[in-house]
Amino acid sequence: MDFEVSEFQTDLADGIRRLCEGTFPLEAIRRTESTPHVVDRDGWRRLGEAGVFHLCLAEEAGGVGLGLAEAALVFEALGRALVPGPLVASHLAAGLIDGADDGSVVVGLVERPRTGAVGTGVLPVVVEHLADLDVLLVLSDQGIERLDPAALDATALPRPMDPLTPVWSLTTLPAGEPVAGPDVATWWRRDGAVLTAALQVGMAQWACDLAVEYAKGRVQFGRPIGGFQAVKHLCADMVVRAEVARCAVQAAAVTVDQPDVGDAEVAAAGAKLLADEAAVTNGRSCIQVHGGMGFTWEVPAHLAYKRARVLATQFGSDDALAEFLADALVSD
Amino acid sequence: MDLRYSDAEQAFRNDLRAWLEATLPGLPPKPSPDDWPGRRAYDTHWQRLLFDAGYAGVDWPVEGGGRGSSAIEELIFKEELERAHAPYVGVNFVGLLHAGPTVIAEGTPEQRARFLPPILRGDEVWCQGFSEPNAGSDLASMRTRAVRDGDDYVVSGQKIWTSHAEVADYCELLVRTGDEDSRHRGISWLILPMDSPGVDIRPLHTIAGSTEFAELFLDEVRVPVANRVGDENDGWRVTMVTLSFERGTAFVGDLLEAIELLATTVTLARRTGAWADPGVRRQAGHLKAELDALWALTKRNVSQAARTGIPGVGGTYFKLAYSETRHKLGEFSLSLLERAGLAAHDIEGLDGGGLLPAGVMVEDWLRGISLTIAAGTSQIQRNIVGERILGLPKEPQAAPGQKR
Repeated sequence: MDFEVSEFQTDLADGIRRLCEGTFPLEAIRRTESTPHVVDRDGWRRLGEAGVFHLCLAEEAGGVGLGLAEAALVFEALGRALVPGPLVASHLAAGLIDGADDGSVVVGLVERPRTGAVGTGVLPVVVEHLADLDVLLVLSDQGIERLDPAALDATALPRPMDPLTPVWSLTTLPAGEPVAGPDVATWWRRDGAVLTAALQVGMAQWACDLAVEYAKGRVQFGRPIGGFQAVKHLCADMVVRAEVARCAVQAAAVTVDQPDVGDAEVAAAGAKLLADEAAVTNGRSCIQVHGGMGFTWEVPAHLAYKRARVLATQFGSDDALAEFLADALVSD
Repeated sequence: MDLRYSDAEQAFRNDLRAWLEATLPGLPPKPSPDDWPGRRAYDTHWQRLLFDAGYAGVDWPVEGGGRGSSAIEELIFKEELERAHAPYVGVNFVGLLHAGPTVIAEGTPEQRARFLPPILRGDEVWCQGFSEPNAGSDLASMRTRAVRDGDDYVVSGQKIWTSHAEVADYCELLVRTGDEDSRHRGISWLILPMDSPGVDIRPLHTIAGSTEFAELFLDEVRVPVANRVGDENDGWRVTMVTLSFERGTAFVGDLLEAIELLATTVTLARRTGAWADPGVRRQAGHLKAELDALWALTKRNVSQAARTGIPGVGGTYFKLAYSETRHKLGEFSLSLLERAGLAAHDIEGLDGGGLLPAGVMVEDWLRGISLTIAAGTSQIQRNIVGERILGLPKEPQAAPGQKR
């Protein structure tokens, strides 16, 4: 047993971090705020070249043949750079949708509501990144269907909650072409939860880093505010929260790769639950540490908080994940 | 990252499991919690069994007489003992986890030969005299005074939170040998025989009703200079060296106990019907996620310790997160007991519904309150994380010669 991140894994994640610094600097990302297009096609292809989408695809299928453990580290690095776009969906779709693996095709994903026809329920179907998508996949217990995003009757929603996640509402979600069965849907849910959780951990760390940097530089009462315990302890709690969630995410990813060590679906649900919470809470704390400036659009603290809320709705809401874990407690 | 155990690690686990299965049924009945001589006899008998089977000092280096196991084997050892409900380390805690490792690292050959074997065999019991009524979080301000007189130190002062003092043979004692204001530069580490004249023990009663702690009053107690471990005034460093023996496994038994308590709580919720409430189920699910994550963090810390020898900052992260989770778990189980939780005693439910596990739950809830206080309060831990890990400005420190 050795649960340390290996040198190879560290190098892999560092490579993605450097790629993000060069290709997705925050100033560049922020220029697309509140526009329908936030996916930079060149950048997306560069992510493809770096293996972000085909990392877990078998070598004979043109992939790198690595495990979800490596992918989780890569996605944490992507989260830490706040890279926008349907990263997890495009990763899952590699091998199923031509062009997803090398980043030439951008794939989105939406869950088909379980309750039946859209319009008879209370809540609409909301799709992210529709204008940037080449393919929209629909996930349900029956499997995965493929839809042409351009053919959908969709309404762009003004003022998206996260300025880097543009959203559309659908009045109908038509049946698509079936491209995979229920088995694939099951592992997509599990791996999707782990990778989304990895993005959340990255953002939780980003929020912590930003808060700490500000707390060191901002002087009030003649001292940097990070010297005051009230602020220092907020920051300490942020790093602890991120680290606990990180361990949960990495353990879940390893459990997917090494199924004999535990129940991967349970581990994935627990990881997603804690990572959602870490990202949301750290996002909120980051704003708080910034005081009034944290409430301004200009300071990027709100970006992590808002994105964390977006990702928390994907691959299982927190309540659904907690219920799933409760079921696991009584089936043991 | 690999969560699979090697063949050698698996073999260690299997052998241990077989030994536990063969040994545990033969143990005498557990003494009552307040029967300290009985508890000493029970705990030291268990230590002797471990010793005879080659499991004493599993985490001690071979040169100290220990088994010299890897940090991973230490993790397996603690995991298997907890799963088999083997006795807790009990009164042997200070000897095995603090005093022994200190003597191994800093003691003279004579001190090692004299003091280590009896700890491993369960013959001698140790307690800890570090904290004082006026030196808690700020331990370096301690004032128990040791004055040199020939071949002895004459020690006067007061210690607190001295676990198992009533049944201990020796105390690892921090004393001030430097100037009054020398802080961490004027402390020495002594081995105090507990039967020395001038040692007065007064039990402390905790809010959990337990009596493991005591106050120690020292009135001109003579301690041979030969009982000093390390140089005079170098006791602070000696103490810090001991801490480096910790390999991230300190809370393994505790954590597994918490996982079991959650299972007990879920069983209770199903019996009472509370499990039909989504809020109850979600709280349980959330606690499961937290406990599983803490188990993963433990494996991370132990893996790091296996490579570097120390668990690094992960131990602090663990303690901060675990103590909060344990509070939540205590509150959760107490809320499910409703009014059956008004006594720390298992009681019969309505209509022959069977015993409700109020004893363990209420006791655990109360004991859990100490977790954010003992071994460094959560506030001190957050200062450490903020300053040493995040690099935030330090709290004001008392300079030598400056009274606070």
